[in-house]
Amino acid sequence: MSFALELRDVRKSFGKSEIIRGANLAVQAGERVAIIGPNGAGKSTLFNLISGRFAPTSGEIHLHGRRIDGSKPYEINRQGLSRSFQVSNLFTRLSVFENIRCAVLWSLGHRYAFWKFLADLDDANDRTEQILEMIKLDKKRDVLAMNLTYAEARALEIGITIAGGSSVILLDEPTAGMSKSETQRFIQLIRDVTEGKTLLTVEHDMGVVFGLADKIAVLVYGEVIAFDTPDAVRANARVQEAYLGSVLAETQAAAA
Amino acid sequence: MSQAKEFHFKPLNVGRWFIWGLFALMLFVAPRIWTSGLAQTMLTQMGIGIIACLAYNILLGQGGMLSFGHAIYSGMGAFLAIHALNMAGAGTLGLPVSLIPLVGGLAGLVFAALLGYVSTKKAGTPFAMITLGIGELVFALALMLPEFSGGEGGVSSNRVIGQAVLGITFGPQIQVYYLVAIYCFICTAAMFALTRTPLGRMLNAVRDNPERVEFVGYDTHWVRFMAFTISGFFAGIAGGLGAINTEIVNGEVMHASRSGAYLLFTFLGGATFFFGPIIGAVLMVICGVLLSELTKAWLLYLGLIFLFMVMYAPGGFASLILMNLRVAAFGKLSKLWTSYLALAGTALAALVGAATMIEMVYHRQLNEALGPELRFMGATLNSAGVDAWFGASFLVVVGVALFELVRRQYVHEWGEVQEDIEKEIKRREAL
Repeated sequence: MSFALELRDVRKSFGKSEIIRGANLAVQAGERVAIIGPNGAGKSTLFNLISGRFAPTSGEIHLHGRRIDGSKPYEINRQGLSRSFQVSNLFTRLSVFENIRCAVLWSLGHRYAFWKFLADLDDANDRTEQILEMIKLDKKRDVLAMNLTYAEARALEIGITIAGGSSVILLDEPTAGMSKSETQRFIQLIRDVTEGKTLLTVEHDMGVVFGLADKIAVLVYGEVIAFDTPDAVRANARVQEAYLGSVLAETQAAAA
Repeated sequence: MSQAKEFHFKPLNVGRWFIWGLFALMLFVAPRIWTSGLAQTMLTQMGIGIIACLAYNILLGQGGMLSFGHAIYSGMGAFLAIHALNMAGAGTLGLPVSLIPLVGGLAGLVFAALLGYVSTKKAGTPFAMITLGIGELVFALALMLPEFSGGEGGVSSNRVIGQAVLGITFGPQIQVYYLVAIYCFICTAAMFALTRTPLGRMLNAVRDNPERVEFVGYDTHWVRFMAFTISGFFAGIAGGLGAINTEIVNGEVMHASRSGAYLLFTFLGGATFFFGPIIGAVLMVICGVLLSELTKAWLLYLGLIFLFMVMYAPGGFASLILMNLRVAAFGKLSKLWTSYLALAGTALAALVGAATMIEMVYHRQLNEALGPELRFMGATLNSAGVDAWFGASFLVVVGVALFELVRRQYVHEWGEVQEDIEKEIKRREAL
């Protein structure tokens, strides 16, 4: 059977250092997966490989059964995979509305059209309004992206990611830098907007992980050492070792 | 920025119709107000300049692409147009003069497509460097092909060909002006329309954040390439109109200084606003024709203006106008006008002092044989004497010092006014 997203022995080296050392992962359609792991485990690199920002050194990545490794980011996006960024990556000099509209245009087939007016594209405009309501930024529609507050910018980041209607969504630390109450609201928001989609998210906050994920993938030194339900992962000996090891290392570093 | 305020269910935008009507009216009546031969020549050049600068701004303002070689597309348009005009005159090409600019446009489009494919692969500094290199390359190549470029002398032609249609021969300057005006209006409208299409908007997105554009399904290279080609098309039309206007085209039209002028005046006019380059183009002709008549040091003055603009008003004249219009709309301009008067007065004093010195230097370098005396602004100055130099430098020092004082005061006042306006906006929102 074909998975929504499948990684087969993916490796990535930068110069001599191998960051991803044979990662395997098979995500079924509709699953919500949280990717956790200590700092420097290669979580963000893994996202960059899947989304096409970098090409893997070796190995295969399949999206809905089709190979996507080595493709350009826009080619991967057109096949139904969309990602967000750890640091908000917005169209700063455009309004909130225009930011979202830019993200829906391709998926609605408007491509590089210069013979039709944006104002007449009812499908794109309606979809944009709908997204704005979903991410609760409809009152900010005419504000420039650069003038948003931190939490609003994060919401817009998610909005741009989901606007194109991709079936596989990658969120890179969506709640990083948010307060507790904001995080709570935000998890609910992510749950709502990714309803029925395959979701992969990198997270540090364990509260978010258990609140959001059906399954957890543990990435340590460029390898997926466990991929299971939250409870099973918690009980996994290798995971405990890896996390305990990092805790030990941290306490030693603090003592030194 | 004001584009964002559009609601797509608005049935009819009265303001927009009014502005476009006004633009058409200005194009129509301008040569009836300024009827002299010089004025009509200048107006024609302004019309052409508007198309060229707006085309350039598709790259600079809307796409964030700093091109140092855009004159080769308007230049190629001019060359191809003048050859087409010659062929039409010889009867080998059945094309009326009024459509010759389209030949120029097509030439610009084809060359932009050929050469732009490489440069648009990159953005930022590499893009700028590649355009600079290609610009020099094509300029040098054109001079090496005298059959095409006419060598040093250029290619000349005659625009009065064939039978007059409705009495229009394009002999008199006024008829050429109206041809340019019609093209200017249509091209401006078309380029404005482009800003409101999916491609135009994605071009803005590519300017702001090319990386993210790739993750919403668009190929940034292709977006830049299409914009570049369209810009080349309009630049070519401007070149073609220029060929009809001057009836002679030489290598100058492709020179880097022409590319530099597009960049400089588009920036001065205001690259962040659609209408900024229109102001820029008008300035370009005024500086090129009038200022260069007035003083040999005109490029130096232009450089100074550019420098101050980059430092203090990077949005160009368009942003200065719009910011003050906003202040005026909230009825706060009365608070600022004394400051403006003081700014203008002190700046004028410093400028007169600096200009006196510049003119004296130029006089000593260029007109030594005429003796040390020169006439400047109604006064006779002795460029070899101490008193003129002392007076001029005194004027500069005092002018600059007072200007700085006034400027600080003005910045303070401006901040207060802006705060008031913000409060007023909040208050209105709350109602």
